[in-house]
Amino acid sequence: MKMPRWLITTISVVIFLAFWEFFGRDINPIFGSYPTAIIAAFIKLAKSGKIWVALFQSLQPFVIGYLLAIVVGVPIGLVVGRFRVAEAALGIYVTAGYAMPLVALVPLLILWLGLGFAVKVAVVFLMSIFPVCINTWAGVNAVPVSLIEVGKSLVASDATILRRIILPATLPYIMAGIRLAVGRAVVAMIIAEFFTAISGLGGIIIQSANNFDTATMFVPVVILMVLAIGLNSLIVWIERRVAPWQAEIAGRSE
Amino acid sequence: MGNVSLVDISKRFRLTIDGSEQFVQALDHVSFTVADGEIAMLIGPSGCGKTTALRIAMGLDQATSGQVLVDGREVKGCGHDRGMVFQHAELLPWLSAVDNVKFGLEMKGMRGGELKDTAMRYLDLVGLAGSAQRRPHQLSGGMKQRVGIARALAIDPKVLLMDEPFGALDAQTREAMQAELLDIHARTRKTIVFVTHDLDEAVLLADRVFVMRNGRLQEIIEVPLPRPRGDLGAIRGLSAFAETRYKIWQALHAEAAS
Repeated sequence: MKMPRWLITTISVVIFLAFWEFFGRDINPIFGSYPTAIIAAFIKLAKSGKIWVALFQSLQPFVIGYLLAIVVGVPIGLVVGRFRVAEAALGIYVTAGYAMPLVALVPLLILWLGLGFAVKVAVVFLMSIFPVCINTWAGVNAVPVSLIEVGKSLVASDATILRRIILPATLPYIMAGIRLAVGRAVVAMIIAEFFTAISGLGGIIIQSANNFDTATMFVPVVILMVLAIGLNSLIVWIERRVAPWQAEIAGRSE
Repeated sequence: MGNVSLVDISKRFRLTIDGSEQFVQALDHVSFTVADGEIAMLIGPSGCGKTTALRIAMGLDQATSGQVLVDGREVKGCGHDRGMVFQHAELLPWLSAVDNVKFGLEMKGMRGGELKDTAMRYLDLVGLAGSAQRRPHQLSGGMKQRVGIARALAIDPKVLLMDEPFGALDAQTREAMQAELLDIHARTRKTIVFVTHDLDEAVLLADRVFVMRNGRLQEIIEVPLPRPRGDLGAIRGLSAFAETRYKIWQALHAEAAS
């Protein structure tokens, strides 16, 4: 009998947590922590309501910056991938932007946008737009020429070929880019909170680190990772809905 | 009407091999006319230019010189007067069979109820009305190619251009598809230009076989078999089939000697 996928994942997580608990208890609580201590710290934060306020503060710029990155990044990727001139003119900025050490530029962004909401959105946006862009671009380049020729032979316009052949053919790549961007967007959100008005989940991390309260510091870290896993699953689910043929063609073995 | 002519078509490709530029003469002053309602087969070894000739006729490739005429008028680029059936069907994988056929019709500007009815009528013509909602990966190779044929036929082109459409199919499916194509041809009387490297296929389907070699039209061989051809198995037993097949074989092998 084949073990279901979720069961394998659950066993893996349980073993990991057990090891962490076992060895983590021997470490000085300033230098490390362990699952039950983190849960206790979480319950304390949850009861005071602090964690929910922080989560809500963090999620707003996160969601807006991330969605903006998708809405802007996908069309740029499509155009750069499709048109030779756009690729030559803009491709270099996309490649360079992906490697941009954004952390170093945050102080500059603060000078431009202040310490408030806008700068957080900007940091999340700038961190997550490039993987979306680059993946879309790569996806367009991977569209079989033969499918484009189907459009040409049926006298489809360039715009129609872009919208009805290249966009759907690129969707699996776009979704992969959107998934990659989740991780970067989470990191960006915390960076923004470190540098700007100390608030949100990043604020809790900094405050508890300053108090040498390592268990409490882990609470937002774990929440962020769980959030990323949840978002990832959501995106996979959406991908199956919008591009069901891909999973069916790939013939993934369970 | 629906005759198609290549007039003095030449095509040169530029290739870069190991850093040095080389020119390949894919087609060298090729001229021929395929008459209305005729099935013409282009046959020849790989690299003889048969597919290039077909792609130029479609407008997917540009000739270096020469003209393509449909009903005596020069055409440039792709047009709805010609329909292409690709070697590997090339269905859009995210669309169902019927939506693939509709896609072509929409490009022609058809909308609404007429769109659906027309698409279903052509799926029915290729015997796939029952599989209209299946997506390409749920169709067998032969079924995919039928959808490809339906898509090309649905826009009601004057000329059907087919690029080794049955080359990737297994022998039995190929025979069934050949019979079906002849049946469709009998009903629609479309002009068909068909690229193949299969001698049997050429004789079974063609009115005339155009043997190509090194970018030139080497020889045109008439197939003296009557239409409708009926049982293709019985055709294979006719002496006219064997003789024509041998003629083409000779034409193909004469080139190897020279």
